[in-house]
Amino acid sequence: MSSPAELSDHVREEIDRWKARFPEDRQRSAVIAALHAAQHENQGFLTQELMDGVAGYLGLQPIQVYEVATFYSMFQTRPVGRNDVAICTNVSCMLRGADDIVAHVEKKLGIKLGESTEDGRIFLKQEEECLAACCGAPMMMVNHVYHENLTPERVDEILDGLE
Amino acid sequence: MSDETITIEVDGKPVEAKQGEMVIEVTDRIAAYVPRFCYHPKLSVAANCRMCLVEVEKAPKPLPACATPVADGMKVFTRSPYAIAAQKATMEFLLINHPLDCPICDQGGECELQDLAMGYGRDISRFTERKRVVKDKDIGPLVSTDMTRCIHCTRCVRFGEEVTGQQQLGTTERGEDMKIGTFVETAVDHELSANIIDLCPVGALNNKPYRYSARAWEMTQRATVSPHDCAGSNMYAHVLRGTVKRIVPRENESINETWIADRDRFSYEAIYSGDRLAGPQIKEGGDWRSASWDEALGKAAEILSAAGSNSGFLLSPSATVEEGHLTVRLAEHLGSANVDHRVRRRDFSDQDNDPPFPYLGTAIADIEAQDAILLVGSSIRREVPILAHRVRKAALAGAEVSIAAASPEEYFFDVANELSGSGLVGLLSGAVVAAAKGRELPPSVADLCEGVEPTAAQSAVAESLGQAERGLVLLGNVAGRHGAYSAVRALSAALAELTGVALGTLSEGANSAGLSLVGALPHRDKGGGRREAAGLDAAAQLESRLDASVLLNVEPEADLSATGDAGGKLAGHGFVIALTPFDSEALRESADLMLPVGTFAETSGTFVNVAGTVQRFEGIANPVGEARPAWKVLRVLGNLVDAPDFDYVTSDDVYAEVAAVLEDAPADNSYGGQAAVARPNGEDAPAAEIDVALYSVDSVVRRARALQLTPEARRVAGDTGK
Repeated sequence: MSSPAELSDHVREEIDRWKARFPEDRQRSAVIAALHAAQHENQGFLTQELMDGVAGYLGLQPIQVYEVATFYSMFQTRPVGRNDVAICTNVSCMLRGADDIVAHVEKKLGIKLGESTEDGRIFLKQEEECLAACCGAPMMMVNHVYHENLTPERVDEILDGLE
Repeated sequence: MSDETITIEVDGKPVEAKQGEMVIEVTDRIAAYVPRFCYHPKLSVAANCRMCLVEVEKAPKPLPACATPVADGMKVFTRSPYAIAAQKATMEFLLINHPLDCPICDQGGECELQDLAMGYGRDISRFTERKRVVKDKDIGPLVSTDMTRCIHCTRCVRFGEEVTGQQQLGTTERGEDMKIGTFVETAVDHELSANIIDLCPVGALNNKPYRYSARAWEMTQRATVSPHDCAGSNMYAHVLRGTVKRIVPRENESINETWIADRDRFSYEAIYSGDRLAGPQIKEGGDWRSASWDEALGKAAEILSAAGSNSGFLLSPSATVEEGHLTVRLAEHLGSANVDHRVRRRDFSDQDNDPPFPYLGTAIADIEAQDAILLVGSSIRREVPILAHRVRKAALAGAEVSIAAASPEEYFFDVANELSGSGLVGLLSGAVVAAAKGRELPPSVADLCEGVEPTAAQSAVAESLGQAERGLVLLGNVAGRHGAYSAVRALSAALAELTGVALGTLSEGANSAGLSLVGALPHRDKGGGRREAAGLDAAAQLESRLDASVLLNVEPEADLSATGDAGGKLAGHGFVIALTPFDSEALRESADLMLPVGTFAETSGTFVNVAGTVQRFEGIANPVGEARPAWKVLRVLGNLVDAPDFDYVTSDDVYAEVAAVLEDAPADNSYGGQAAVARPNGEDAPAAEIDVALYSVDSVVRRARALQLTPEARRVAGDTGK
């Protein structure tokens, strides 16, 4: 069994900030924010040690953290590429050609949705739902930054610019 | 919940209900059955299976009965076409992903899903897509998993979170990928964990040792009582042609509710262990040989007659009342008072102040109603798992539970105050001084408390008990085996007296109470009268050189652990007769004659639990090999040594002689000692405490294969390097 990871000062501060927003005995409510903070410092994915660390810090059973981490698509529980690419495929984007964008990206990178490139550069997120930027459909989010009115050329430009 | 009564209508009949109750509680009470999978009266309401949908007048859609509170004038229809249609539709969805493997499923024949599919399922599935498949997990040696069968009722998850407090199973992922599991491969590790087998309404979680060994409808159900701890959990044995196949809980709200400990559920495996003593064995010139019952009993009687008053008897604290009574009668006939069942106790100096029987101080169910509890020297989760659950419930309900122990175990609730770090005498004396608040101390402990200054934690404990309307100081088994038990007990009693709370004791084995009452003690006779000349207690018997020593289901090293080199000391006795279900190296070393007796499953008998409840039980299994019930062996020995009036025909005849003392036993734990109790004299070192592991507690448990494979048992084996 691996032992829980020691959370960084920054992550602990972040968790404390969220904990303060909930009633005393409702620390469990801060688990999503805590996982975000922990994941952010670990190249975009969670390890079991990190989740155990969060559980220990919030006084939860480890499984209670695993439940949340595996439920939400914004948490990754296995290693993924450095850059997080999420292409919206919800109705507006779909009507404006999101499926073609996905096909183009998959062909360009040689991976399917939910996979990472072999060099660890790009992680293509599984099925992103509406990110509330329908006016600029089709759109995608790259490392938390929105890119709208996509065309295959524009996508190439963005992806090629990633480290 | 208010007590206000309202009236609702169920299927056209007016029914009284309490404000705040759920509809399903009312329908269950009047036996208007509503199908369900996820609802369980002992767990929180999840309302995620949707099987209990009922029609409620004026509601726009069917409502789940388990999560719909009653309201005055509400009209509920459980069997209306609308309700049935909703239930059938739910069933169709539940069966979409459920495999059709009932013929090879252990749950088949006793499956809630199978039963309800008969009533609510369609004849033919309309689902033509692929069913999902979920990988099985290894969650330890006790529970088998077939997770494809899971319908996600989450009873097992809620059990972990709410009943044990140690949630290890959870629902991971979502939608089609949702599954129940531990996420990281780990064995579910709690003393009550296997209750999820009974909770699982389908065949996803099943009994691993029992797997594929019988069908539910072939077996006979026989009632029995747990022989491993002082709660006396009620159980059913499921028996196939005289062989115990599995054990399940028998509901008894006043003792074990609907649960049993894993120890109670899986110990039956030992009945069929390879260690069973097949027939009588005699040691001659250092070599063992088989003997007939006639020869072996004749030899035993001859030895006992010759030894007369220089004989001694050590009984397992899980021996039955009948065995205890016959042992006492046999000893009395021989002129010996050397009888004891307190085989792990070390300090007998204050035994005259022992209560008539070790009493819990309260009814078992009332543990939950306490405001403050102090556990003194108790690994309660290992000693009496079922009572540990009650203590946890009390803590969750707001009771302040404090611990005084040299090395406290892990509890899944907030411990109010923890006294640890030194011996129990040191820890308690401070609390007693704090509780006295300057008043005069009881004479028994004045000397022990002299010059003691309470620490903050000790004062907090005294404060917490003092403020409690209902409080309990509970002496555990570790305390009972303490080298200075007299001091620990006197201090606990003083603390209870000064704070105005009850004093309780957790006793060893299943029947310390019954054996105390029938006089299986060196200093008291049947009914608690003082013996004119006290005999030798358990420790003294080992230290002296008896001509004949009789062991009843006692194994030298493991059960007499309070005394160093018990085997060697026994071997120094003239002749050792072991009445034992099991053969062992240790017994072969120290004994001279071994007589095979039945385990708890092969004898009828009576246990008295720690609350004074008398529970009688019948044998549940055919005897293994030539084993005979121990009470019958004792009866024949009585006949052979010409003891008068020893012609009992049934165990009922034996019981009749002691019924009165058991049934009218005074439940009184008050401490009457006035004389100053001796100082511990170096006996108070934490390292000298004896904690017996969960799965090492008696000869049966030690041989239960699956229990010995649990993480708990392996941790212990690792610790001691065995």
